Amino acid sequence: MSEEASASRRHFLTVATTVTGVVGLALTAAPFIASFRPSTRARALGAPVTVDISKLDAGSMVRVVWRGQPVWVLHRSEDMLQRLAGQKSPLKDPDSAKSIQPEYARNATRSLRPEYLVVIGNCTHLGCAPLERFEVAPADLGPDWVGGFFCPCHGSKFDLAARVKDDGSPAPTNLTVPPHRFVGNDLIIVGEDTTGASA
Amino acid sequence: MSAARSGATGAVAGQGRMGRFVDWVDERFPLTAMIKEHATEYYAAKSFNVWYVFGVLALVVLILQFVTGIFLTMNYKPSAEDAFASVEYIMREVEWGWLIRYMHSTGASMFFVVVYLHMFRGLMYGSYKAPRELLWIVGMLIYLALMAEAFMGYLLPWGQMSYWGAQVIVSLFGAVPVVGDGLVEWIRGDYFISDITLNRFFALHVVAVPLALLLLVVVHILALHTTGSLNPDGIEIKEKKGPDGIPLDGVAFHPYHTSKDLVAIIVFAIVFAAVLFFAPEMGGYFLEHANFEPANLLKTPEHIAPVWYFTPFYAILRAVPSKGWGAFLMLAAIVFLFLLPWLDRCKVKSIRYRGWQFKVALAAFAASFVALGYLGLQPATPMVNQAARFFTIVYFAFFLLMPVYTSRERTKPVPERVVYHGHE
Amino acid sequence: MVSNLMKNSLRSGLAALAGALALAAALPAAASGGGGGFQQPANNDVSNVASLQRGARNFVNYCQGCHSAKYVRYNQLAKDLGMTEEQVIANLMFGAAKPTETMDIAMRPADGLRWFGIAPPDLSLMARSKGADYIFNFLRTFYLDPKRPAGVNNLTLPNTAMPHVLWELQGLRTAVFEEEEHDGIRRVVFRKFEEVAPGKLSPAEFDEFARDTVNFLDYIAEPMQLKRQSLGVLVIAFLLVFGIFAYLLKQEIWKDVK
Repeated sequence: MSEEASASRRHFLTVATTVTGVVGLALTAAPFIASFRPSTRARALGAPVTVDISKLDAGSMVRVVWRGQPVWVLHRSEDMLQRLAGQKSPLKDPDSAKSIQPEYARNATRSLRPEYLVVIGNCTHLGCAPLERFEVAPADLGPDWVGGFFCPCHGSKFDLAARVKDDGSPAPTNLTVPPHRFVGNDLIIVGEDTTGASA
Repeated sequence: MSAARSGATGAVAGQGRMGRFVDWVDERFPLTAMIKEHATEYYAAKSFNVWYVFGVLALVVLILQFVTGIFLTMNYKPSAEDAFASVEYIMREVEWGWLIRYMHSTGASMFFVVVYLHMFRGLMYGSYKAPRELLWIVGMLIYLALMAEAFMGYLLPWGQMSYWGAQVIVSLFGAVPVVGDGLVEWIRGDYFISDITLNRFFALHVVAVPLALLLLVVVHILALHTTGSLNPDGIEIKEKKGPDGIPLDGVAFHPYHTSKDLVAIIVFAIVFAAVLFFAPEMGGYFLEHANFEPANLLKTPEHIAPVWYFTPFYAILRAVPSKGWGAFLMLAAIVFLFLLPWLDRCKVKSIRYRGWQFKVALAAFAASFVALGYLGLQPATPMVNQAARFFTIVYFAFFLLMPVYTSRERTKPVPERVVYHGHE
Repeated sequence: MVSNLMKNSLRSGLAALAGALALAAALPAAASGGGGGFQQPANNDVSNVASLQRGARNFVNYCQGCHSAKYVRYNQLAKDLGMTEEQVIANLMFGAAKPTETMDIAMRPADGLRWFGIAPPDLSLMARSKGADYIFNFLRTFYLDPKRPAGVNNLTLPNTAMPHVLWELQGLRTAVFEEEEHDGIRRVVFRKFEEVAPGKLSPAEFDEFARDTVNFLDYIAEPMQLKRQSLGVLVIAFLLVFGIFAYLLKQEIWKDVK
């Protein structure tokens, strides 16, 4: 074989070997990188949580844990819904444009169904658990308070749709709404949308 | 002529942006100098045969064990309560965890296959003789570190064989006179092999010994590059250099030996894959059946045997009725290997040109090592012990008689240049 | 609280005990000696999904009362056995567990220790530590033995603490032993089984039942074994192609070396 033919054969083989080698290396690396993904156990422990609301009275709230976070399910009464609709305090994020919630919870009541508010019970400021203050005009919260949540750590105030008030409250956004869906009238599945897709 | 054997060094330096970047690095770090000294201008004999691939294969397995070990450590829990379950977690619940685990277990056994063949090459071609005595000593230290690493790693799954194997081996240290019992307690950190022992073996297996291994391997390769590699004819190729200063029988490590080693690595990978994907347990030799049962401190397995790569020494231990002397002999079996450069009196390096005495002795030694390995796996019946005693004598005779039979060898004349027939 | 599953199997276990004792009372004593007879290879096929499904059904109905499979998740089982989660819940789960949970049992080890003298072991890895053949034969070589607390003994694991849970399917039989003399040593050797009462299944059907069950245990011991093998073919094929290129390159580089 001539010098040029030999050199080009060598070049071809070098390229072929190198390319195959790089592909092989990538294929070998792939399982290692994939092993970082959540394991079956993590996915099992992070599975959606079923909440029984058949016995949840209007005005009551139940707490569950989902993916290590507290999730509150509040059954808002007719009165509470009216108070929410009529509440006049200025809000930092009235349209929930900056807050985190599924599309179906981006509305006036921040929920799939008006009666049931499903939120993650961590203040969006520094993560404390806000207190439920559903009463009207208590002494410490003033005459304009028509019910909502009050965070004791740094004083953030939220209305009955967990929207943060623009009154010096340090929290930047409304409380987060997790994906959730209803099964009939008795159950809420937290962590799953109506499409069946998990978060 | 020399162009055909030298490496491609000028390809990058001084050309374009890449060349300028390399120059910038070279002013601050001996990058090009190191590449030249250890690859493109390191000359090794062109006559290497298949026995010469096992060094690079050992390096490949070392890297594999490091990488798979790191990923296993991400999910393994080093406590007596959780260890066994965490291994099953890796096998079943971590994505591709089973593949990583099998790579590590297959790698452990393959490491010893490769290392034993690598050492045998040294015995055949006189790689331990002057001026490579230090290279051999460092290699033996790597072997010791490897055995420690494998032994401690084996406790980690906390299976029946993990526990009871460790129990037997650790209690051997009680044979040391005077300090024996205290030593055993010190190693265990407890009055029995416990969670405490497991945790400290974990730290040693994951951090301490790997660091030592890494250091030793670097020293090993530097020592090799100082004397230069030997070859199947046992000739020092640096004694015959061309006008350009390149050994006449040498070819540049890169690209000649690197391209050859790549083929060897791929063949090895095929064997490795065949084991991993089709027989990871290897009939119970690579992954022992008893180890699929969690450690039970109250139930001794019917048949405690160390993993196959330790069984030659285990057979020697059992061959001697006294525990103390058995342990001593087992230690001596390894220590004698260190002394090889000084026990062997023959000036000729390679078995190709040595007398029949050495050939017979080496064959007998290899046969006894394999036989002892087989015997160490069997239950200790009187017949097995008898055979083990016989082969132990053969094993030690190889070393003890060596100064005698190697000084009387009728060697053949050693050629001036390496014997190389080209590649078909 | 004891789950329904536990109750069912414990009930059948106790029924087996009572039945065996009642029948054994009238029978001649059987010597407990070693016996290699009747040992067969399991010949199970892990790729046979129908067999695995039957084995899963057998396991949850007859074994899971006392034996957990704590490294197996129900939803993983569903995926591998070609079942939907609803099918798994309907056919394989009798308690309050969720499909994402593992196949645990309600019996506490301390209770097992008290009732049987030994806590029934978890079976997730039994096929890897003892082998499919061993378990297959273990299930098939029970025989009546009034000297044992459960009224039965076993050729494969002499003096087992396990009752003969499958007695209704296999039937009841005694084992006939004979004395043999070899090199001056007298030994008791197993000769054959003698049927006392037939079971619901014929011997061939019972073997199939045991085979399915062992097949399931083989699968849960290493759920990814089939995937491992098929991936191996691809890996080696790739390495062969890579090897050919590397070899040709090596030949080309070395061709001028004399």
